[in-house]
Amino acid sequence: MASITLDKVGKIYAGGTRAVGDVSIDIADGEFIVLVGPSGCGKSTLLRMVAGLESISEGTVRIGDRVVNDIEPADRDIAMVFQNYALYPHMSVRQNLAYGLKNRRTPKAEIDKRVAQAAEILQIGPFLDRKPRALSGGQRQRVAMGRAIVREPAAFLFDEPLSNLDAKLRVTMRLEIKELQRRLRTTSIYVTHDQLEAMTLADRLVVLNAGRIEQIGTPLEVYRRPASTFVASFIGSPAMNLISRHAVPHLPGTAHAGTIGIRPEDLAVAPDGPIEMEVLAVEELGAQRLVHGQTGGERLTVTMPSGEPLPEYLRLAYRPGSLHLFEADTGRRID
Amino acid sequence: MKRTLFRNQLLPWLLLAPQLAITFIFFLWPAAQAVRQSFLRQDAFGINTTFVGLSNFKALWNSPEYLNSLQVTAIFAVLVTVLSMGFALLLAVAVDRMIRSTSVYTTLLVWPYAVAPAVAGILWWFIFNPTIGVMPYFLDVIGYDWNHISSKSDAMTLVVIASAWKQISYNFLFFVAGLQSVPASLREAAAIDGAGPVRRFFDITVPLLSPTTFFLLVVNIVYAMFDTFGVIDATTEGGPAQATNILVYKVYFDGFVGQNMGSSAAQSVILMLIVIALTVVQFRYVEKKVAY
Ligand SMILES: Nc1ncnc2c1ncn2[C@@H]1O[C@H](COP(=O)(O)OP(=O)(O)OP(=O)(O)O)[C@@H](O)[C@H]1O
Ligand SMILES: [Mg+2]
Repeated sequence: MASITLDKVGKIYAGGTRAVGDVSIDIADGEFIVLVGPSGCGKSTLLRMVAGLESISEGTVRIGDRVVNDIEPADRDIAMVFQNYALYPHMSVRQNLAYGLKNRRTPKAEIDKRVAQAAEILQIGPFLDRKPRALSGGQRQRVAMGRAIVREPAAFLFDEPLSNLDAKLRVTMRLEIKELQRRLRTTSIYVTHDQLEAMTLADRLVVLNAGRIEQIGTPLEVYRRPASTFVASFIGSPAMNLISRHAVPHLPGTAHAGTIGIRPEDLAVAPDGPIEMEVLAVEELGAQRLVHGQTGGERLTVTMPSGEPLPEYLRLAYRPGSLHLFEADTGRRID
Repeated sequence: MKRTLFRNQLLPWLLLAPQLAITFIFFLWPAAQAVRQSFLRQDAFGINTTFVGLSNFKALWNSPEYLNSLQVTAIFAVLVTVLSMGFALLLAVAVDRMIRSTSVYTTLLVWPYAVAPAVAGILWWFIFNPTIGVMPYFLDVIGYDWNHISSKSDAMTLVVIASAWKQISYNFLFFVAGLQSVPASLREAAAIDGAGPVRRFFDITVPLLSPTTFFLLVVNIVYAMFDTFGVIDATTEGGPAQATNILVYKVYFDGFVGQNMGSSAAQSVILMLIVIALTVVQFRYVEKKVAY
């Protein structure tokens, strides 16, 4: 158990690529932090710097009250779950779990106890004597988790651990990871590019863009008050509508904004609404439908209950207080 | 698999014919001849041949020279294999680390390493030559009288080094390819699991490399036993006092120089059986036992 503190952390790869810059995060003991952002934004790099697999070019990383910049991965008291699981293919599941403990000269009886415990928690008991090759994707995922938990480390680091699973299994495993973390109360940093995974898992989200932090906050904070157009478009599904102020007739209170954000679920059909939308396409989701259209040359998406066929044009009103306003040049939120 | 259907029954055979002919003329027929001859005895002029059953083989079994040659071959093969594979692995590990840490064009980087041993192989002849070589001179300076013409161990050392050297580049390429196919994340996982570099090498890299290692082991043994004829012939000619007379050289020497066709044929039949055995081992175990 430990807190993790990143202070102005930056990474410049050999060759001069800057992958991460000026990242400061205070992670409390037992907190579940999710790093989320599009591909190539530096999530893995940041995580690997915490793990000790990449050198830290700038700033300091603290685990507990220890600066770990120059400490070997093995001595940082962390465990990592890799995207491809990185299970040792020539060892049985049991040996995979025990390897880290064996290297640390844990007594045999203690190893057996912890392996049995982990196997019980993750329900991998029946596979303990199999090789990873003989397991399904979900089972391998569990073994990878098991390898992390037997060590009882100060922190778990996850690098897109679910991205090799099919959609259904991903949802199940997501829940399992969440429950496991709740139960063990181990500080965790979890990397994903899937905003839904991020929302559901995180105590707090860190949204990264091009190596820098766009916003830190609880999922609801980030969802309700996105700090920039980037966050607004990244978090939430379907994505928030971002339209130029000039694309719609004057809406009260929007005079200083460059871009107006409205979530699809905050729009509704109203005969006297201020926005007129031309309907272009409808996606039926069952209980709900997504209506895509355009107004003043800008794309607009509306969520509404399923029902009758739609006319060509719709008049829309927005829920009062639901507008997000952003500066024209920087894209930052205006309040 | 894509299957091509031939309308004409003759065409496939015609297409195969050159290959089959070569196999037959240069392999099957001589092999059959050797087997046949190993049961015969010819007189000194090659006029009378008599069937003698297994007596050529029995004679070999009772010949101290042949048993010595067997022993020499075993020692030689082990030394060549260990030396060439060990050195190749060292080089490969160094290069693998370099390739991983930088993003240099891998193939370009590999070439000098691969070519250098071949070039250097030529240098060996000059370096170790007792009359004009540099090495005997230096050894002389430190008080060692190098002479592979008269010293058994010097001769063995020379043929082992020269044979191993030729094989290093080949082993090296396979080892580099093998090392490259070990995922970086496995070593990283092991590093986090508390294994230092040496431990990682023996716990992760070596087991994952075992299919490559086993393959090379067989290839190198075959090489040391059969393809080193040229090295022996050019340097020691099996001497001094039979110290480097490996089986394949003895076959040649007894047959062509000693004109003892029956014994030579029996020896080559034994060699043939050894190759077959090695090949069987290769095929049976390379997939089952060694793969993880
Ligand atoms: N070893 C390296 N050398 C140079 N540049 C690198 C190296 N590794 C990553 N980068 C660069 O650093 C940036 C961040 O990479 P990183 O792998 O952290 O992204 P990511 O957010 O994890 O993306 P993804 O979601 O695709 O995994 C990218 O632009 C990448 O090209
Ligand atoms: Mg990544």
